[in-house]
Amino acid sequence: MKCNKESVELMHKYLDGDLCKEEEIQLRTHLETCEACQHHFHELKRTITLIKSAEHFAAPNDFTQKVMDRLPTEKKRVTYKRWFKTHPVLTAAAIFFVLMMTGMFASWSEDGQLVVSKQEELVIQGDTVIVPEGVTVPGDVLVKNGKLLIKGTIDGNVTLVNGKLISDDETLNGDGLMASAGGVNGELETVDQMFEWMWYQLKSFFSGVFSF
Amino acid sequence: MDQFIIEKIKQVKKGDQSAFADVVSFYQDKIYQHCLRMLGNAHEAEDMAQEAFIRAYVNIHSFDDRRKFSTWLYRIATNLTIDRIRKRKPDYYLDAEIRGTEGLDMYSQLASEERLPGEQVESLELQRYIHHEISQLPVKYRSIIMLRYLEEFSLQEISDILDIPLGTVKTRIHRGREALRKRLRHV
Ligand SMILES: [Zn+2]
Repeated sequence: MKCNKESVELMHKYLDGDLCKEEEIQLRTHLETCEACQHHFHELKRTITLIKSAEHFAAPNDFTQKVMDRLPTEKKRVTYKRWFKTHPVLTAAAIFFVLMMTGMFASWSEDGQLVVSKQEELVIQGDTVIVPEGVTVPGDVLVKNGKLLIKGTIDGNVTLVNGKLISDDETLNGDGLMASAGGVNGELETVDQMFEWMWYQLKSFFSGVFSF
Repeated sequence: MDQFIIEKIKQVKKGDQSAFADVVSFYQDKIYQHCLRMLGNAHEAEDMAQEAFIRAYVNIHSFDDRRKFSTWLYRIATNLTIDRIRKRKPDYYLDAEIRGTEGLDMYSQLASEERLPGEQVESLELQRYIHHEISQLPVKYRSIIMLRYLEEFSLQEISDILDIPLGTVKTRIHRGREALRKRLRHV
């Protein structure tokens, strides 16, 4: 066996846990007779021990606070949610009131049906709503009980109820760094629970009231 | 601890921003240290580490819960630091080198002021020396050596973090180990 090529290659495979039984015997037999390789192997193992003892560093004391200060502002929805949690009776009353006013029971129970906001630019294929490439959809988009695939741009907010935002290369890029909602010039909001749906209704009800 | 993070991520996904503070506190030292070792400059490292957490927060909905959060977070941080290194102007290297040395001197002064027993000073100096030797490796070897031996990721996880084939990770870790063996043999 050539010392500098084959046996060193085996040493590295050993360090990565990649040696098969046969190679292990091969390496061991060589090491027993070759002092140079023994030395090399020893140095490699020692190097790893040394690397692990490299100096450690801690983040500055105010690190977490600085990050939190730089985050985009929290959606109001959550702040309200906390308020709801601490005032359950008032919340129940308010929600009941809104339900009465908007006939929301009906709109929630028409479950399973795909509901899409009326923009002629949107293409519907089965349960998937598609914003085609190169197309800009004006205004807010609502998709309920379906999937949304954005290839083009939406010039407004997006609300997904009981739905999912999908992207073309989802399987390839499942944990990609970029949110797939790159083509939304507004806020993206996913509503998948009854409570959030109520909140969404509540919000649109009030904004409706105030716009009169 | 994994369960703790999974729980917090769920809360963040539901829109609870305050839960993210726990995620940051949990990973801040690891991510800051990773950025510092990649960049060799404390100021830049803090900046990039913060940016990594902010990107993680903004893109939290594209994080798949079935995966390991730390792998995803390190991927963001590593990409940011590599990007930053690429954008450096050639003369910046020298600048960073000097600043890095200044940092070391400052640390050394702090250490000697504390008047540690002889043996501890010696080992702290050694730790510092090793850190310095690792930082001298080319980025493509350094990142892998760090992720493997200082952050203890598996080779497969490193391949995911850096988005390069497993075979490439293996070739580079071999070269990185050989380079450091030569640098550290006289220690
Ligand atoms: Zn030999």
